[in-house]
This record gives sequence, C-alpha cells and structure tokens, in this order.
Amino acid sequence: MADKILKELKIKVWRQKNAKSKGKFETYVINDISTGSSFLEMMDILNNDLIEKGIDPIAFDHDCREGICGTCSLHINGRPHGPDTEVTTCQLHMRKFKDGETIIVEPWRARAFPVIKDLVVDRTALDKILQAGGFVSVNTGGVPDANAIPVARDDAEEAMDAAACIGCGACVAACKNSSAMLFVSAKVSHLAKLPQGQVEAAARAMNMVSKMDELGFGGCTNTGACEVECPKSISITNIARLNREYLKARISR
Amino acid sequence: MSILNSKIPEGPLAEKWNRHKSAIKVVSPANKRKLEIIVVGTGLGGASAAASLAELGYKVKTFCYQDSPRRAHSIAAQGGINAAKNYQNDNDSVFRLFYDTIKGGDYRAREANVYRLAEVSPNIIDQCVAQGVPFGREYGGLLDNRSFGGVLVSRTFYARGQTGQQLLIGAYQALNRQIAKGNVEMYSRHEMLDLVKIDGKARGIIARDLVSGEIKRFGAHAVVVATGGYGNVFFLSTNAMGSNGSAAWQCYKKGALMANPCFVQIHPTCIPVHGDQQSKLTLMSESLRNDGRVWVPKKKEDAEKLQRGEMHPNDIPDEDRDFYLERRYPSYGNLVPRDVASRAAKERCDAGYGVNGEGKAVFLDFKYSIERLGKDVIAARYGNLFQMYEKITDVDPYKAPMMIYPAIHYTMGGTWVDYNLMTTVPGLYSIGEANFSDHGANRLGASALMQGLADGYFILPYTIGDYLADEIMTPKIDVKAPEFAETEKAVTDRIEKLYNIKGSKPVDYFHKRLGQVMWDHVGMARNAEGLKEAIKMIQEIREEFWKDVRIPGELDNLNPELEKAGRVADFFDIGELLARDALDRNESCGGHFREESATDEGEAKRNDEKFTYVSCWEYKGEGVEPVLHKEDLVFENVKLTQRSYK
Ligand SMILES: Cc1cc2nc3c(=O)[nH]c(=O)nc-3n(C[C@H](O)[C@H](O)[C@H](O)COP(=O)(O)OP(=O)(O)OC[C@H]3O[C@@H](n4cnc5c(N)ncnc54)[C@H](O)[C@@H]3O)c2cc1C
Ligand code: SF4
Ligand code: FES
Repeated sequence: MADKILKELKIKVWRQKNAKSKGKFETYVINDISTGSSFLEMMDILNNDLIEKGIDPIAFDHDCREGICGTCSLHINGRPHGPDTEVTTCQLHMRKFKDGETIIVEPWRARAFPVIKDLVVDRTALDKILQAGGFVSVNTGGVPDANAIPVARDDAEEAMDAAACIGCGACVAACKNSSAMLFVSAKVSHLAKLPQGQVEAAARAMNMVSKMDELGFGGCTNTGACEVECPKSISITNIARLNREYLKARISR
Repeated sequence: MSILNSKIPEGPLAEKWNRHKSAIKVVSPANKRKLEIIVVGTGLGGASAAASLAELGYKVKTFCYQDSPRRAHSIAAQGGINAAKNYQNDNDSVFRLFYDTIKGGDYRAREANVYRLAEVSPNIIDQCVAQGVPFGREYGGLLDNRSFGGVLVSRTFYARGQTGQQLLIGAYQALNRQIAKGNVEMYSRHEMLDLVKIDGKARGIIARDLVSGEIKRFGAHAVVVATGGYGNVFFLSTNAMGSNGSAAWQCYKKGALMANPCFVQIHPTCIPVHGDQQSKLTLMSESLRNDGRVWVPKKKEDAEKLQRGEMHPNDIPDEDRDFYLERRYPSYGNLVPRDVASRAAKERCDAGYGVNGEGKAVFLDFKYSIERLGKDVIAARYGNLFQMYEKITDVDPYKAPMMIYPAIHYTMGGTWVDYNLMTTVPGLYSIGEANFSDHGANRLGASALMQGLADGYFILPYTIGDYLADEIMTPKIDVKAPEFAETEKAVTDRIEKLYNIKGSKPVDYFHKRLGQVMWDHVGMARNAEGLKEAIKMIQEIREEFWKDVRIPGELDNLNPELEKAGRVADFFDIGELLARDALDRNESCGGHFREESATDEGEAKRNDEKFTYVSCWEYKGEGVEPVLHKEDLVFENVKLTQRSYK
C-alpha cells in the first residue's frame, strides 16, 4: 500500500511536430517517480524537466483527470489506456510499472484519427458520427411530464450501461480494422432501450453506420478487442443490437 | 444612478417571472434568422443555450477549448440534479427549494433569481427525460430520488454516479442535432482570448485556433459566456486541468463587473493530496456521507503512529475514535453542509490529529454501514466510487476506511448579471458557473447542474430576445471594423510578450506557488493580516512570472504551455481580486470564513447589518485598484436567521 519510488524509467515516446511531418520515437529518462503518482503526473514531471532543458515538451490530450471526459488517449506498452483494466489513461497509476522499465507511449493509431502533434490526435470523426443521428429529435419545451411514460427499471439500467461511453476512441485504437462499431453501438443501444429514443431507432442506426463508413473507419469482424480495452466496460452485445436495428432499417427501406 | 440595475421585476415573488416574460420583447422568426449569437462554452450552460437558441432560429457559433463539446467539465459532476417535482410526496415545492437555496447560500443571493430557478426546475427534468437521459428509476418505472446535504426532502434526480455526464450528453446531443442542421457552427479547440466591443456593445470575440495557432475574429449581435468557474486559481482543485477564468476575466477588463469573487466552495470529501507531484484532486461524491462516518483518533499518539505508517486504522477501537461531526453537530451529524464539514476537518488536522503522512486527512469509514446493511447494499450504492478510490489510492474501502480532505470545488462568485442574465456590458450575457447569480455564499449539492440547465434551456432563450429585438436593424457584424483589429492586436501583443520572456521556469512552477498562497491565506480560514500578506505575495509571484516564465514550442502550432501561460497570467489577477474581496467582507458567511467574525465556539458569524450586499468590482486599468460597487440585497419573503446545524 505504501508508495515506493521508481528510481529510473525510460520513456520511449512518439514525437511528431504536426500533421504533415513524419514522426519518430525519442527516449527520455526520468527519475524518482512515486508509485502513487498517476501516469499523467509522471508525464507532467517529464515535461517540466524537458522545458527546463530547452526541449519542446510532449503534447498529449487530457482534461478532467478523473476518467470521465474521455480526452486522455495514450497507447501505452501496446494497449490503449495502458496496462490496467477498466481505467482511462488519467486513472492509470505508476504502481503498474517496475523500476528500470522502458515504457512505450504512442498516440491512438487509426486512419480516421490523424495525428495533430506528438500524442494528440483528431477525433472529430466521432462527433460527426453522432451528428448523423445520435440524438432524439425534440426541441426545448413542450415535452410531456417526466413521469408520463414509465420505463422499466431494467431497460433504464441497460440504457445507462451503454450511455456510460465516454467517447474516448480506445475501441477504435484497439481494433485491427479501426472500426468504431462499439462506440456507435453504445449510442444506438442507449437510445433504443428507452421509449423516447425508440421512434427513430432504426433510422438512427442506418445513418450513423453510413457516416462511420464514410469517415474511413473499418468494418467489424468480431475480434472483441474493443470490449477488452474499453475503460467503461461497454459490452459487444451492443453491437448485436446495432446490427438488428440496422437490419430493420434496411428491410423497411 | 448606480451602474447596477438588477432589473428585478415588480410584483409578488411567485409572479415575477411570468409577468416579466409577458412584458419582454420577442423577435420574429424571420428576424431571428438574421441575428447571430456567439456562445462560448459547451458545458451544461453553453450547450443547452446554444441548442435552444438555434432551435428558435438564431444563427449560433459555439466554442470550446477541448477537442469536442462533450468534454466540458460538467461531465464530471457525479451526484445529481435538484428539481421541485415533489414526486416523493414529501411536501417539496417550488417555495421549499427556493427557501433551501437561499438559506444554504447564507442569505447572500437574490430572492427573485433563486425563486425563478426553483420555478423552472421541474421543466428541466421533463426536458432531459425527453432527450433520453437515463435517470435512475424505481421498479414501477417512475423516477427515483436521492437526498443531499442541507435539506430535508428527497428531490435529487441522478444517473448513477454520472449525472453530469448524462445531462451533458443530453445537451450535447441536442447541440449535435443543430450542428447537423447547419444552425450551429461548432468551433472546438478554439479559445476565446478577448471580447470585442463596438459602441459599448458586445459584438464579437477574438479566439485562438489551438491547432494552427491562428488568431481569428468572430462577430455576432450578442455574446454569451458560459465558461465555468475559476477554482483552478488554487492550482489544486476538483476542476479539469483546462478549467480557467480567462474568458470571464477578459470580460471584466472590458467593463463587466465581477461579483463576490471570494465566495469559493471547498468540498469536504476529496482524496487527499499525496506528496508534491500531484496536479489535480479527485472528488468523492457527497452522497458518501449518507453512509460513511467521519472520524480521527482521540489520542494524539495514535494519530502520530498513523502518520508514520506504524498503525492500521482498523486497530483503533471505537472508544478511541473521535466522530467529531457527530460530537459537534448532533442533529445533522455527518450530513452538515459542505463548508461546516470542511472547516471541522481542517480544525482536527491543524490540531495534530490528521491521519496520513502529511497529517492532512481524516477517515470516512463504511465499516458501520457494511455491518448494518451488508456489503452488497453498499456496493450497489457506491460501487463505482469505491472502484475509483481504489484505483487512485490502492486501498480497498470495503476493508479499510477512506481518507478524505477538503479541496477547492466550485466558485459561487462570477460575472455580475441582472435578472436577464446580462452583464454590465450591453449584449454580453453570462450563464452557468461563470455568473454569480443563484448560490449566494454557498452552493447546495446538486444545484449547479440545475442552474446551468435552467439558464441555458429556459431563461436565456427568453431574456436575450428582449435585447435582440432592438438589434434587428443591425446588419451582420463586420469583423473588418477597427475595433476588431485593435482587439486582435492587443491579443497578439500579449501572446508575443509572454512567448518572448524566454525565462527559465515552466508555467506550473508559478501556478503551484500561486496556489499555495491562495490555499494558505485565502482558503478555508481567512484573516485581514493573511489576506494583505497574500495580496503582496501574489503581486511578487506575478512579477517573477512575467520576467522568468519559459514558454517552449511555436506560436503557430498546438502549444499547451502557451495556453496554460495565458490562463495562469489571468489567475494571478483573479487571485488578487479574490483576496481583496475577502478582505472587504469582514464577516463569515457560507464558504467565506473570517477568523475575526466567529462565535466563541468557532462557528461562523454573519453580519447582516453591514454585509447584506453583493460585492461588485469594477476594473479601472492595469495596476489601478478596482472600485467596489454594492448591490443591496432585499429580503421580502424569507427571514434572515443564523444557520445552525447543532
Ligand atoms: C468533480 C465535480 C463534481 C460535481 N458534482 C456536481 C453535482 O453532483 N451536482 C451539481 O449540481 N453540481 C456539481 N458540480 C458543479 C457543476 O458540475 C458545475 O458547476 C457545472 O457543471 C458548470 O457548468 P458550466 O456549463 O457553467 O461550465 P463547464 O461545464 O465547466 O463548461 C465550461 C465550458 O467553457 C469552455 N471554455 C472555458 N474557457 C474557454 C475559453 N476561454 N474559450 C473557449 N471555451 C472556453 C470549456 O471548453 C467548456 O466547454 C460538480 C463539479 C465538479 C468539479
Ligand atoms: S465504447 Fe468504450 S472505448 Fe469506445 S469510445 Fe466508448 S468508452 Fe471509449
Ligand atoms: S482526462 Fe478525462 S478521462 Fe482522462
């Protein structure tokens, strides 16, 4: 339980100046990191070191640092969000690493996520998929009382399970096809499980899947890699539901 | 005439909002299409406003500094959202919610605004359910409620421990729908750096494209700032790393008054600071205090052994545990309001009874409720929070007590607004945590989410029409106007000035030092001497910063250090104003505790005779002392009493 000090770590990290330039790995040494520090605190310390040495610090995405905003996105030792389960990069702690270890840090790799700088990628494609149909078409005002339509507790709970997706894109980064099916299915399931979202369910599935294809994400071949790396335990059974809704939409066309 | 006109409508409290709505002007659909509105921020306030305004037909441009609007820090709210639905039949009502909020805020908020907030609160829940927000439900299929600190009814709606996330996703989906329709232009990874005024009116903003570094001009007929709170002035807080006060601060420099900056909320249940490598604090939801008991050892030698790691908390028998909240406040016990719980923890730790290596932590123990209710019940209630705690600390809270300590959490103070949510700059509005309007000196749990969505869905869309109705003849704002050029130049000059310092220390070095001064002297307990000292120290660190900060990288590229530098530069100024305001307010109220104004038992003592006002600060130029204006608070519907939780 008590924190220990990792005397020396080697951080082998992807450096890329901007979208147009070619990147490469650089290795930096960092000393005296507490095992109680988070991975991103270690990165902060490394960056402040680099700045004092006159080296451009490593750009990486992060914001809430409590596993909910979905901004952090590092591929660490071959795994999206690193060597722990059900955590985001910002929740990963240094106690998962050994003294003297070389840690390899890369950006999300996917055609639909171009690198902006170093470890920062452009994930606006995920927003665009949701803009294609990931909503219920209601305006503000003029809606019925919140208790007018009862919703079975289990349905609400299942909707919540799917709605827990934080839009981080780890599923895409984990997939050898760079498919966004887990992400899309989470939104389709969240809304299809609720009466408010059922009205548009089939059309929503159709529109979001077409958008996903158009944006350069790959197809799903059921490898299950996404589910393993998802920090919010989004289940691949959602993909089956998405396929059902998608089929309904095709048939009724 | 004072520059402060709160525009509170005449008439009885319960009729003010309806009367006001019928009296204000409305813009026709054809004219709405010609009017542009800028909304800065995509949290609950910004996203709900942008979506609703676009649905009405206005042309909206929206900004956030993250890569997606869904990542605004509203996402991190855990506990829940209040609404006066009275679904539990426990005699809740609009008036009761209003009263609890006014009292919880220690009588330093406007009656009319708070009443309106309570009045529109039920609509928020209806709206969210229609959008597909998966609130917690009972087996019969109806919505469930929780209780929160400081109130006697169950009116809090929740979506597990992720209420903020689900509400924000609801608003974000509504926003996405309008983006897809072309009614909203979304600018992610864009940071507002200044406000542009033409003929005294807000007409646009200058923003930096954070990817290309390009400085851009955006014009509109009105500007809405929904950029959240300034808690990060303390360096360590529960806010996101990028949360900042800069947009609001630029508005202040352009003439928008800042109200009650010293009203800051310190949340009692956060994971304590460890060592000196930490960059951010994590909140453990207030709901945990429903089932956890707070304690420290009775014997100092036990505390010292715990501090040295020579003893396990489970080895301390019950009779040697000091359940100090239950001891001091027998009627509310572990559920006293946040400010009271925070100060009590600090008192014990300052007296030497802290329980971690730093001596700055107390226990929150679930042993007793696990014995009473069983582990499964506790797991069902708090499973995700326990998992989060274990991931961070490596301690299993089912087996050993949690350690907690207070941390900066929320800012009640903010940009001054009138009843229409307009600032003292015509055409400039402020909503959500960025404004000062509803929470007085202390915010109740689950009321910030309510306020953000009330402002964005149900208040601003009406009140902004009253202003814009007079703007229908104003053509599209020309960003080639000299005012835009001037403001853009000021922005570029400042960036270049910062960048060219080329000193020796990174931004964090200065931010940490500022945070330490703020926490030590402008934190949980304040006194005149300490505050004066703080102002001096802040000025010194600021001077050093402007001489010795080093910003690496390029100006025309993604440059997180440059972004941070700009925000921290403003935090110095905000911190100074905060201390100044705290110095002026020589009374204890809500989150603001002046040691000079306490009872013999060390409880907070308000001074209604002298301080029943909103402190509104006016900027007078760099290096010049700001001027204090006072908006007197008038209470016609509640009686002011000293809060007691004993
Ligand atoms: C950990 C935590 C838990 C909480 N739990 C609860 C709870 O259970 N119940 C409750 O009622 N309240 C809770 N609160 C408080 C509540 O979440 C916030 O007060 C509220 O969500 C703020 O919403 P907002 O829209 O005002 O701002 P935010 O959600 O902070 O959004 C700010 C927006 O402004 C943008 N922005 C900021 N500066 C700029 C700039 N210069 N240029 C462009 N864009 C900018 C950001 O990108 C972001 O989109 C909690 C707060 C925290 C920190
Ligand atoms: S499904 Fe999981 S991995 Fe994919 S974006 Fe959502 S939270 Fe991230
Ligand atoms: S920084 Fe928000 S999830 Fe990691």
